[in-house]
Amino acid sequence: MSATLPLSNGNGADHRLTKADFQSDQETRWCPGCGDYAILNAVQTLMPDLGVPTEKTVFVTGIGCAGRFAYYMDTYGMHSIHGRAATIATGLATTREDLSIWVVSGDGDALSIGGNHLIHALRRNVPVKILLFNNQIYGLTKGQASPTSERGKITKSTPFGSLDKPFNPIALALGAEATFVARTLDRDRRHMTEVLRQAAEHRGASLVEIYQNCPVFNDGAFFNLTEKDTKVAAQIRLEHGQPIVFGPEEARRGVARAQDGGLELVDAVGNEQRLLVHDQHRDDPSLAFALARLADRPTEPTPIGIFRQVQRPVHGAAASENPGRAAGDLTALDGLLHAGDTWTVA
Amino acid sequence: MNKTVEERERVVVRFAGDSGDGMQLAGGRFTDATAVLGNDLATLPDFPAEIRAPAGTIPGVSAFQIHFASRDILTPGDAPNVLVAMNPAALKANLPALPRGATIIVNEDAFTRRNLEKAGYPVSPLEDDTLAEFTVHRVPMTTLTARASEGLEGVGTRDAGRAKNLFALGLLSWLYDRPTDVTERWIEGKFASKPAAKAANLAAFRAGWSFGETTELLDVQYKILPATDVEPGTYRQVNGTTATALGLLAGSVRSGLPLLLASYPITPASELLHELSKHERLGVRTVQAEDEIAAAGVALGAAFGGHLGITSTSGPGMDLKAETIGLALMLELPMVIVDVQRAGPSTGLPTKTEQSDLLMAMYGRHGDAPLPIVAAQTPGDCFRSAFEAVQIAIERRTPVILLTDGFLANSSEPWRIPELSELPEIDPAFAKEIGAEERFLPYARDERGVRPWAPPGTPGLEHRIGGIEKQDGTGNISYDPANHQTMTRLRAEKVAKIADELPPLAVDDPDGDADVLVIGWGSTYGSIRAGVRRVRDRGLRVAQAHVRHISPLPSNIGEVLRAYDKVLVPEMNTGQLVKLLRAEFLVDCTPYNKVTGQPLYAAELEEAIVELIEAPTEVTA
Repeated sequence: MSATLPLSNGNGADHRLTKADFQSDQETRWCPGCGDYAILNAVQTLMPDLGVPTEKTVFVTGIGCAGRFAYYMDTYGMHSIHGRAATIATGLATTREDLSIWVVSGDGDALSIGGNHLIHALRRNVPVKILLFNNQIYGLTKGQASPTSERGKITKSTPFGSLDKPFNPIALALGAEATFVARTLDRDRRHMTEVLRQAAEHRGASLVEIYQNCPVFNDGAFFNLTEKDTKVAAQIRLEHGQPIVFGPEEARRGVARAQDGGLELVDAVGNEQRLLVHDQHRDDPSLAFALARLADRPTEPTPIGIFRQVQRPVHGAAASENPGRAAGDLTALDGLLHAGDTWTVA
Repeated sequence: MNKTVEERERVVVRFAGDSGDGMQLAGGRFTDATAVLGNDLATLPDFPAEIRAPAGTIPGVSAFQIHFASRDILTPGDAPNVLVAMNPAALKANLPALPRGATIIVNEDAFTRRNLEKAGYPVSPLEDDTLAEFTVHRVPMTTLTARASEGLEGVGTRDAGRAKNLFALGLLSWLYDRPTDVTERWIEGKFASKPAAKAANLAAFRAGWSFGETTELLDVQYKILPATDVEPGTYRQVNGTTATALGLLAGSVRSGLPLLLASYPITPASELLHELSKHERLGVRTVQAEDEIAAAGVALGAAFGGHLGITSTSGPGMDLKAETIGLALMLELPMVIVDVQRAGPSTGLPTKTEQSDLLMAMYGRHGDAPLPIVAAQTPGDCFRSAFEAVQIAIERRTPVILLTDGFLANSSEPWRIPELSELPEIDPAFAKEIGAEERFLPYARDERGVRPWAPPGTPGLEHRIGGIEKQDGTGNISYDPANHQTMTRLRAEKVAKIADELPPLAVDDPDGDADVLVIGWGSTYGSIRAGVRRVRDRGLRVAQAHVRHISPLPSNIGEVLRAYDKVLVPEMNTGQLVKLLRAEFLVDCTPYNKVTGQPLYAAELEEAIVELIEAPTEVTA
């Protein structure tokens, strides 16, 4: 699709940005079949549409397979250290509100070693777009359990099965007061592109969880949601203003309030009045939270799409007139140096 | 009554009380008045780690010492001439520091049975011979303060009760003939919105002054003339925290880079966060991060964006920032890390001073990771050191560690305000746009080994940097063995080359014939100078030098060390600079170490120096 738009390329000549402008000359080095390729491709394709020139776009990444993402974008970029991309992006966003800043992270990077930074970036509503590549495994370190690995998962570090309850990244983000929370799939190019576009347009922190297949250490973890045979019955697509329904035409299902106040899956036919209508702008996050917890594992019918998108003051939005935009001048400095009681020695 | 007025060259006063008694405030106000009078001065606050330890107990004692004189002085003084003790615990805690013949002024009202018990006095020390060696003045400060505010509109007993520190301040202000207008103006400003507290504090302060003037207890008033042996200029009083903040700000203004400070609350570094947070109008942005690691990351992110990124902390925070500092070093981006050292390891003694982070600053990162280190010497010198740290960081594209410590941060001294012309411009020299046919090389180097700095936003310079080893020139990922060797060398050389443009180590050796050199670093400067002065007053010869640049070391330091038969290295740690000097220059050095959480004293250094001078020189085979 490679949409284009006219922009200056810095040499005075008009230049229509294309996908190629966002592709760096570095050879991509993920494993064959890795879901990261599809995400990279979708992001590079989307970029020209966003109207932000390459020099104003920054990708900050942490450590893990997802960390390499920065090297493949021909924008400004930093491949930082494990878990800390959100902090660096916060410093950059605080000082440079003119930039479009993306953080690319994984389930180990964002939810384990960098968990504290993730929740604080979300609660502060730092204007950065956080892409969380969730493959439910440690890939770069060769296959240990991650904070999203299911209980009982046998890995090199958990030969008798993982004992720990996994995080639900969407529920975690909602609990951290995130203003934009979405989930999409590496194998659904169109859905992913649309979710990323809306994340890019959101003012504030946006968190996009991308279910991403790791063909080497956790192959097929999301196949129920992504493969032809099963996906129709498994994907619960959240669409703003629409009843939450899913499944094949002949066996349409939907999400409704249960008697105990929780959510339940019901047949769509005959329950039309009970079906919940998705409102991503709801100020109260409790319904989004309940939707986030509808599926325990992606083997069950699982909501994808935008869970929540609300407006809240953005981190760094000036509380006073000119903090951080320009250094002080000499007169102001001289005044400050002479503040308080002074005396002169001749 | 007529009082005798005597002149004194120098006096050391210590205010001591419960941590809720406002001793730091009384000391601070006394300091301001003393500074305005033109005395030279140095101060040492000493407070407990607990905000409010149980009232009246020894752990809850808070003290503030000020040394002021009509001549140039170097330290807050070893032992006080006058102790103001607001309760029995304050007396007990500070008595061991008093020399025979010192004066003690006590708040007699606080010597109740209960307070005596809490301090562990079975019998009141005012009633037995505990204080026989001292001159004791018993003043019922609580009663007199309450009486002073009687009949003042809106002033309750609570306001009056809290103002007794101002009574003590008034009394001491009379005793040493300090100007009162400075303090009264401060009270009026501080309590402008609380009329009752303002009235109570003013009344207490004036009552203290009048008590001194009229009481028969005190028959001598002392004058300490303004210091005359000081450099001409405009002066103000600063503590190390303020001076650090001003130095960083000056670096921001002279480089044109807005300052971002990211920090996590920690004693004693939090004060720097508080101080810089006030200066939004000078373009300062502060972020109180979620943790120490995040604070370093936020500062580095700001640096990546082309701003002046700074993070501040104390010892434990340095442990946590290490990985991010290593990344900054690898990225070759400017960043300043302020370490206000405190006594460690672990939580250690959070409110007490130490200089035990030197080797961590040098080597506390994985891999070969050299970076510049600047160490401040006096509270006022924190300005110059901070400015220089900013300058080196920006010009050399490197993280710089600025070492101060709890003593410097909290102590104050008169400081000559620099002329703007004394502050050189700092050129960030951002990379410029290039033609379409040219290729940007983010890791190309100039003759100083410095790479270009291209913050996001410049068209045509889009590039990626990261913690993985980079190919020389292009900055692309490189696992090539020879390249790693080259890059490791280039990073080290870049730091080493800074020494080419640093001033050589200055040696104070008046006759040029001393056999012993005393060499130190950081906040021991004043104590070492005072110790050296004492030794010379005894007719002995000793040379003295102080290292400001720990890394890279001054280029002539090896020569200096080898020029003396014996070298003494005093430090408030168990021997860190001494290890560096021995390792780098194969020169034997004698360590002198103390880790009590207190500064070194001139007297102990005098003794150590004399001992070394008199020790027979070993003959080496």
